[in-house]
Amino acid sequence: MNTSVFQKIYTRLERITKATCVVRAQNVGYDELATVEGRIAQVVKIMGDEVTLQVFGGTEGIPTNGEVIFTGKPPTLKVGDDLAGRFFNAYGQPIDGGPEIDGEEREIGGPSVNPVKRKQPSELIATGIAGIDLNNTLVTGQKIPFFADPDQPYNQVMAMVALRAKADKIILGGMGLLNDDFLYFRNVFENAGALHRIITFVNTTQDPPVERLLIPDMVLTAAEYFAVDKQEKVLVLLTDMTLYADALSIVSNRMDQIPSKDSMPGSLYSDLARLYEKAVQFEAGGSITIVAVTTLSGGDITHAIPDNTGYITEGQLFLRRNTDIGKVIIDPFRSLSRLKNLVIGKKTRADHPQVMNAAIRLYADAINARTKQENGFDLTSYDKRTLDFSRDYAEQLLAIDVNIDPEKMLNVAWNLFSAYFSKEEVAIKKEFSDLYWPTK
Amino acid sequence: MTATLTKTKGKVYGIISNLVIIDADGPFAQNEICYILAGNTRLMAEVIKAEGNKAYTQVFENTRGLKTGADAEFTGHMLEATLGPGLLSGNYDGLMNNLSTMDGIFIKRGDYTPTLDETKEWYFTPIAAIGDRVAAGEWVGEVNENSIRHKIMVPFVLQGQFIIKSIVSEGSYSINKTIAILTDQSGYETQITMTQKWPVKKSLTLYKEKPRPFIMMETGVRTMDILNPMLQGGTGFIPGPFGSGKTVLQQSISRQAEADIVIVAACGERANEVVDLFTEFPELDDPWTGRKLMERTIIIANTSNMPVAAREASMYSAMTLAEYYRSMGLKVLLLADSTSRWAQALREMSNRLEELPGPDAFPMDLPSSISNFYSRAGFVYLNNDHTGSITFIGTVSPAGGNLKEPVTESTKKAARCFYALSQQRADSKRYPAIDPIDSYSKYLEYTEFQKTLSSLISPDWADKVSGIKNLLIRGKEAKEQINILGDDGVSVDFHVTFWHSEVIDAVILQQDAFDHIDSRTPLIRQKYMTDNVLKLINTPFYFESFEDVQPFFKKIIDKYKQMNYSEFESEAFNIFEEELQKITEGKKMKL
Ligand SMILES: Nc1ncnc2c1ncn2[C@@H]1O[C@H](COP(=O)(O)OP(=O)(O)O)[C@@H](O)[C@H]1O
Ligand SMILES: [Mg+2]
Repeated sequence: MNTSVFQKIYTRLERITKATCVVRAQNVGYDELATVEGRIAQVVKIMGDEVTLQVFGGTEGIPTNGEVIFTGKPPTLKVGDDLAGRFFNAYGQPIDGGPEIDGEEREIGGPSVNPVKRKQPSELIATGIAGIDLNNTLVTGQKIPFFADPDQPYNQVMAMVALRAKADKIILGGMGLLNDDFLYFRNVFENAGALHRIITFVNTTQDPPVERLLIPDMVLTAAEYFAVDKQEKVLVLLTDMTLYADALSIVSNRMDQIPSKDSMPGSLYSDLARLYEKAVQFEAGGSITIVAVTTLSGGDITHAIPDNTGYITEGQLFLRRNTDIGKVIIDPFRSLSRLKNLVIGKKTRADHPQVMNAAIRLYADAINARTKQENGFDLTSYDKRTLDFSRDYAEQLLAIDVNIDPEKMLNVAWNLFSAYFSKEEVAIKKEFSDLYWPTK
Repeated sequence: MTATLTKTKGKVYGIISNLVIIDADGPFAQNEICYILAGNTRLMAEVIKAEGNKAYTQVFENTRGLKTGADAEFTGHMLEATLGPGLLSGNYDGLMNNLSTMDGIFIKRGDYTPTLDETKEWYFTPIAAIGDRVAAGEWVGEVNENSIRHKIMVPFVLQGQFIIKSIVSEGSYSINKTIAILTDQSGYETQITMTQKWPVKKSLTLYKEKPRPFIMMETGVRTMDILNPMLQGGTGFIPGPFGSGKTVLQQSISRQAEADIVIVAACGERANEVVDLFTEFPELDDPWTGRKLMERTIIIANTSNMPVAAREASMYSAMTLAEYYRSMGLKVLLLADSTSRWAQALREMSNRLEELPGPDAFPMDLPSSISNFYSRAGFVYLNNDHTGSITFIGTVSPAGGNLKEPVTESTKKAARCFYALSQQRADSKRYPAIDPIDSYSKYLEYTEFQKTLSSLISPDWADKVSGIKNLLIRGKEAKEQINILGDDGVSVDFHVTFWHSEVIDAVILQQDAFDHIDSRTPLIRQKYMTDNVLKLINTPFYFESFEDVQPFFKKIIDKYKQMNYSEFESEAFNIFEEELQKITEGKKMKL
C-alpha cells in the first residue's frame, strides 16, 4: 500500500507523557504506525478524534508542536529468502550495512494457525545434552524456555542447542541483549560456518527498551515465512523474554493500567501466549520451534514472568549449579518437556521413559539423604549409595557439557543403576531390566 | 430476548485493544451481539456496558486497522449456540464456529463458519404424535448421531403448552427442514426443525428436579475413584501450579470416564494440547462402548492465542452444549482447562473498562460468575422422568502456585470436589500429583451416595476408604518424626507405618497416564488391589532393625508395580502376585 499520497502532517500534540503522546486526528487505524518527530510510534488508543501514540524510543525532547505523520499501516517486515544471513533492528531495518530486503511486505503479529491445521509434533531434536535429551526431550514445533539466573551461561547453552538442532534456519531475537553477548552469538555462528542460515533481530541494551516489544513479532513473521512458504524447519531463539516482559510493564505503567501481580500488566499471560503459540508443526513439513530464555531473580519461579511463562510453554529447562560437581546442570526436578511423551520410547529405545523416571526418583532419594546428613543423622547403606549415585548421575548425565547420543545415555544410566542398586531398588518394568541390566 | 429490540445501528467512537466503544442510534441491550464493519470484514462483538448512547463492546477478534466512524449493527440477540444433530465429533472455536470447515492454515478474522452441516440428512424417527400436548424441551423425535439417540426437542425458548398439529413421518431430513408444526392455545402455529438456538449465558432449566448427585462416575483414576470419588452430575476442580499434571489428569478422565458425551473446553491453553485430542481421539477406543472416543466427544478450542474475549464464550458455549445433551437424558462430562484463563479474560476487560478492581485486580463479581457457572452442572430428573447429568470438572491455574488467590478461593466455594495437585509430588514424579490428604470429595458425606457406593462396591468400602486416608496421614506423621529424631531415634514401628503409606502411594495413588494398562483401572480391579494392599498392611512382619524395613517394602512395591503394569489377572499378573506372596510369607511374624 502506498500511503505517501494521503500523508497528512499533524503539528499539535494535546498531551505528552513519558511514553505516549496524544494528537487529534481522523481516519487513523488501530495499531497503525506513525512517526513523531521522526521517531517511530504506534497507535494504542483511539477515543473520538484523540489518538494516543506510544513512542518506542521515548518522548524525551518532543515538543508540543512535534510533527506527527501516520503511515497508514501496522508494523511490517519485508520477507524473502534474502533475509538469511542478515542482521536487523527492532523495526526490521538492516543494521549490517547490507541492502534493504526486496520482498513481500507482511504485517507482523499476524493471525493464529487454525488448531485443526496443526500436526502433532513428533520429531525429536537431539542436542547431545543428556539433561535435555534423556530427561526433557525436545521436539520440533515445541516452545520451551531456559529458566536461569542472570549469571548462568544460558546464552552459551542456547547457542549450543541451536547449532546441534539441524534446523534449516535459526532466527535469533535479542531483547536487551548485551553487546558482548550479541557479538558472542555472532562469533559462535560464524565459527560454525552457520551464518548463512541465521537471521538476527536485535535490540541491545543501548537501544530504547520499549522497542523490544517489536522483536518477537519480527522474528516470528520471518519464521512463518520460512516455515509456511518454504516448508523449512525453523528454530527461533528469544533471549531474554524477562526483559521483553519488563518492557510490557513499563508501557502499561505509563498508560496508568491497573497492575496485577509483580507490577506486570493483567494481560501478561495473553501477551506472552500470543508469541509462544507461534511454535507449530505444519502438515506440510515446515515447523517453528521456539527456545527462549527467561531469567529469574534469585531463582524465584513464582514471580509473574516465569510463572506465566511456565503456564504457556511446553515445559522449561532449569539451569542450576550443582555444588557436588561444580558444574551447571539441567535440574531434573523443575525441568520438564511436556512434549517428550510424544517421542520417548517411540523414537528412542522403549526403556527410555522408565529409565528416566527411575533415575530421577533415585536422585530425589539422594536429596533426602543429604538433608538427613546435614541434620547430623546416620545414613543407611541405601542413603549412602544414593549419594554416590547422584554425584555420578550429575557428572555423567546432567551436566551441560555432556554430549552423547540418546542410546548411550540410557546405557550410562543402566550402568549407574547396577553399580549402586539392586533391581528391586530401581523398580523398572521387568521386561526392561531383563534386557538391559548389565551383567557383572 | 424480546422483539422490541429492532436493529439498532451505530458508529465506532473509541478503540482500546479489543474494547470498542460504539455510538448507537437506538436502544441496545447488555450482552447483545453486534457486528462491526472493519473494511469488508464483520467483527463480532458483545455489549458489556452501556453508558448513554455509548455501547462498550468486547470484540471477539483482533481490532487492528479498525477506525472510528466504522459502521456497527446490533443484532437484537445475545450470544447464541446453534444446537442440533451433528455437534458430536465436532471441533469448534469459542463462538461455535466449525474449525474444520474454515479455509486456510491461519484463522482469518471474521471467518464465521456454521456450527452444523446444513445439507447433511439425518434419519428422523418421530416420538410424539399428532395431537400430543408438548412444551419446551420435550422430545418429539430422534435421530442416530454416532452411537447415541439424539433427541429432537421442542425449542427451549418456546413458552407455554402446544399441540402437535403435524409431524413428518420417519425418514431423512436436513436440519433446517420443518419436521413438525405446533399450535398454541390461541391457534398460533410454530414450525420446528431439528435445530434451535439458545443464549449461552442463560442456564437451561427445563427439568423437573435437581436432587443432590448420588451415583458414582467411574474415571479409572485410582486416587480419584477410591479416595475422592466424582459423581454423575457432580462438580470438581483441579488446582495446581504449571507442570503439576492438570491437563494430563483431565485428558485421562476424558478418555476413561463413564459418560455418554464428553465435552472438552480448551480455554486459553496450549494449541498443541488440543491437537493431541484431534490426533488421538479418532484412534482410541471408548472403554465403555468400544467405539472410537471421538464419536462421543465435542472439542471447543479457544486456545491462548485465539481472541481473549472468546474465552468466556467458550466456557458458556460448552456448558450450553452440555445442557442440550443432558436434556436428552444423557450422562455428560464437561471438562474445562483452564477456568483461570476465563477469569483472566474477565480481568483484562474489566481493567480496560477501568472498573473498580477486586483482589488481584480481578472483577468484583468474579465469585458470583464462577458459582453461577458451576451451578449449571448437576443430576436432573427431566419432565419425562428420564435422568440426565452434567459432571463438571475445571482446572485452576493459580498464580505462583499459591492457592490463596481469588480464582481458587471462589472455585472452592462453588465445587464439591477438590483435587489439589502438589508441586512436591510432581517434582518427585509421583503422578497423578493429587495430594491425598488435602484433597476431598464432599460427596463421601452424602448418605444417598454412601448407599449407592456400598451396593456398587461393598458394604464396608467407605470404612476401607477412611482407613486408607488414616494410614496416609499416619505415614506422613511417622516420616516427620523420623526426620526430626533420626532413623534410630524412633522405634521400628515408625518405619513400618511410614512404609505402609509408601505402599499405598506407590500402588494405589501413583498411576502412569502414559502406560496403556496402568492408565485406566476399572473399579473391579481397584477393589482387588485395594483389598490386597490392605491385607498386606494388616499383616504383622518381623524386622531385625529399621534397616530391614526399607529393602523389604521396596521389594513389595516393585512386585505391586509389575502387577499394575500387567493385564489384570493375566499370567504375568498372577506370577507377580505369587512372587509377592513368597516375599511376604518369609517375613511374617511367627505367632
Ligand atoms: N499421571 C501422569 N503420569 C505420567 N506423567 C505425568 C502424569 N501427569 C503429569 N505427568 C507429567 O507432567 C507433565 C505436565 O503435566 P500437565 O498435565 O501438562 O501439567 P499442567 O496442565 O498442570 O501444567 C506431563 O507432560 C507429564 O510429563
Ligand atoms: Mg495444563
